[in-house]
Amino acid sequence: MNASPERITTKQRLQIQRQKMPEQNPTDRSANFEEVNLGFTEQLALLEADRCLQCKDPKCVSGCPVGVNIRTFIDLLSKGKIAEAAQSLLCDNALPAVTGRVCPQENQCEAECVRGNKGLPVGIGYLERYVADWARKHRDQLPKVEIKSTGKKVAVVGSGPAGLTAAGELAKMGHEVTIYEALHKPGGVLVYGIPEFRLPKAIVAQEVDRLRELGVKIECNVIIGRTYTLPELRERFDAIFIANGAGLPVFMNVPGENLKGVYSANEYLTRINLMAAYQFPNSDTPVLKGKRVAVVGGGNVAMDAVRTAKRLGAEAMIVYRRTADELPARAEEVHHAKDEGVTFHFLTAPVEVVGDDKRWVTGLKCIQMKLGEPDASGRARPEPVPGSEFILPCDTVVVAIGTRANPLLTATCPELKLNRHGNLVVDENGMTSLPGVFAGGDIVRGAATVILAMGDGKKAAKAIEAYFQSVLR
Amino acid sequence: MHTILRKQQLSPNVTRLDVLAPRIAQIRKPGQFVIVHLAENSERIPLTIADANPSAGSIALVIQAVGKSTRDLVALEPGESIRDVAGPLGHATELIDSGRALCIGGGVGTAVVHPIAQGLHERNVHVTSIIGGRSREWVIFESELKRLGDVVVCTDDGSYGRKGFVTDAAKEFLERGGIDIVYAVGPVPMMRAVANLTRPFGVRTIVSLNPVMIDGTGMCGGCRVSLGKETRFACVDGPEFDGHLVDFDELQDRLSTYREFEQQANACAAGTCRLEKQSA
Repeated sequence: MNASPERITTKQRLQIQRQKMPEQNPTDRSANFEEVNLGFTEQLALLEADRCLQCKDPKCVSGCPVGVNIRTFIDLLSKGKIAEAAQSLLCDNALPAVTGRVCPQENQCEAECVRGNKGLPVGIGYLERYVADWARKHRDQLPKVEIKSTGKKVAVVGSGPAGLTAAGELAKMGHEVTIYEALHKPGGVLVYGIPEFRLPKAIVAQEVDRLRELGVKIECNVIIGRTYTLPELRERFDAIFIANGAGLPVFMNVPGENLKGVYSANEYLTRINLMAAYQFPNSDTPVLKGKRVAVVGGGNVAMDAVRTAKRLGAEAMIVYRRTADELPARAEEVHHAKDEGVTFHFLTAPVEVVGDDKRWVTGLKCIQMKLGEPDASGRARPEPVPGSEFILPCDTVVVAIGTRANPLLTATCPELKLNRHGNLVVDENGMTSLPGVFAGGDIVRGAATVILAMGDGKKAAKAIEAYFQSVLR
Repeated sequence: MHTILRKQQLSPNVTRLDVLAPRIAQIRKPGQFVIVHLAENSERIPLTIADANPSAGSIALVIQAVGKSTRDLVALEPGESIRDVAGPLGHATELIDSGRALCIGGGVGTAVVHPIAQGLHERNVHVTSIIGGRSREWVIFESELKRLGDVVVCTDDGSYGRKGFVTDAAKEFLERGGIDIVYAVGPVPMMRAVANLTRPFGVRTIVSLNPVMIDGTGMCGGCRVSLGKETRFACVDGPEFDGHLVDFDELQDRLSTYREFEQQANACAAGTCRLEKQSA
């Protein structure tokens, strides 16, 4: 762009290989709850940053649901200006230490990276994590955000990724934000769902503290729909953002599902993550650890559950009705699970949970499947092979086949328009059928990802700002 | 933080705590419960709101000390506090508007019957409470219920009131007729016995269930109970259900899921835990 000679040529950039994320070795990590990925060293980060070609028209940004200015933060990082890189990243993304760990980058930013056309894309997620972790440790080196109060009050329902993101953005705009959380600890799925080994809870706590520093109030143990109704909130706030998640677990609806030893993934993970059941009796909440644990499902939640079971000492297996190619989980989670010794039963669908005379689970009766014609989702439809039933011996079953909308809040406000699944219907700005009431994340989308929820939170904050400008002027 | 305002021993292992929770005290309805989380590493446990004093901002929790978590709660003294109290949760009791109701309480379940009787009494429903315990010292909430209607006390050993089970007394009322609805709360065998008793009389019977629960908002599904062929979550669909449809065998069985863990926790509390000794 100017006359000064480039520090590094494009040819040199192209010669650098993608740097590997250092990880705990599989044998050690499958027996502990510490983080699997250890994070880049400075040297690895700078090398990886130099792989970025600094495209004039960076495609990666369009792949990011919160629109992180990826080229800029990587450029600043590669020039050694890490504080500025952090500032740029934090300006676009309220929870970069979280997304740098849990985003499915291979389907988003990294899928668009031109380097992926020939070889491997830039490790954008790893770099995001590196910069975000630096920022967590060097908060004193980041400028304080100047906030001018607007006097407008916004309630955020739920403190998961959508709620936290919206709260951060709204607070920076100068609005007075109160988050209501139903559980006793803020973070939503980031604390009850995603395990410590993938997302340390201390990181979530730090991100929450950063919001508090911005002036966000967080009230735990408040269930909107029970402790307060939505109409009550509307009387006290100028706008509301509903992000209470898709809380209700879906069960398989097969015989034997209420036997002792059958958990929803929500219950299993909540016992372990939120209630620290893996530390029993030092923590009061127990969990059945199981000798052979069958996790039904193939998404990220199933991978979290099966890798948790492994860490609790069980022989852990995935039961999935399609093949490895259709697994919806992030590639890295599947890869980690395999390395840790998780076994996969593909083309296998449960038809019954079987138990002993004391009603403890003894196995999962399954039927073999084969792939047929593509279904509405475009994926090959699995079809049962007649007469192929068999029993997979196990003493614990974890059902991880999805969640649906929790009706607690919507039931107290019949004016809110819902779709046939009970999810909130919103317009292109994220506003519900009630003026000033916005919604995002899983309560709108059904079960999706952290980053899509965050994208909704960010979009809703902007829409709330625009709503204030137009309506409340 | 939710301060303990008052503590009262009701029976040898049942304690009443009046806890500061102003919002819940103001809006709670009969049949609703709270989730209580004493401290950082405690369990979350569901407790029915036995009474409330909106002007003092307090709710009454009646706790039977059976395991480590409940013992920790009843060890609290006035002035100390509970970290988290969330609620009110669950649906309010289905109350009739007129007529006659039998409210049957067994043991600590009598405390759960109390707010139901309160709600009925406010609607001018005639309330007869039949409450029971092993012996005199185990009978609770008698004077509170007497303010709301007639009370029949039954003890297993006949040391107070009638000798026999609550179902024996209830049977006489049902045979005499005129009962529009029955509410029964107590140990699972008692609720099952009441449901079996009322079924041939065709009298609607509501029971309040207390299965294993974590969040209380429908998220974990641990509290699922079978109602006929349907599965329901006690936390969001209940906690009160039609007693004639509840699968009590399954309920009782699921309640035993963590028995071994409870024994271990008890042993640890008593200082006889093998694990602790090994690590010490």
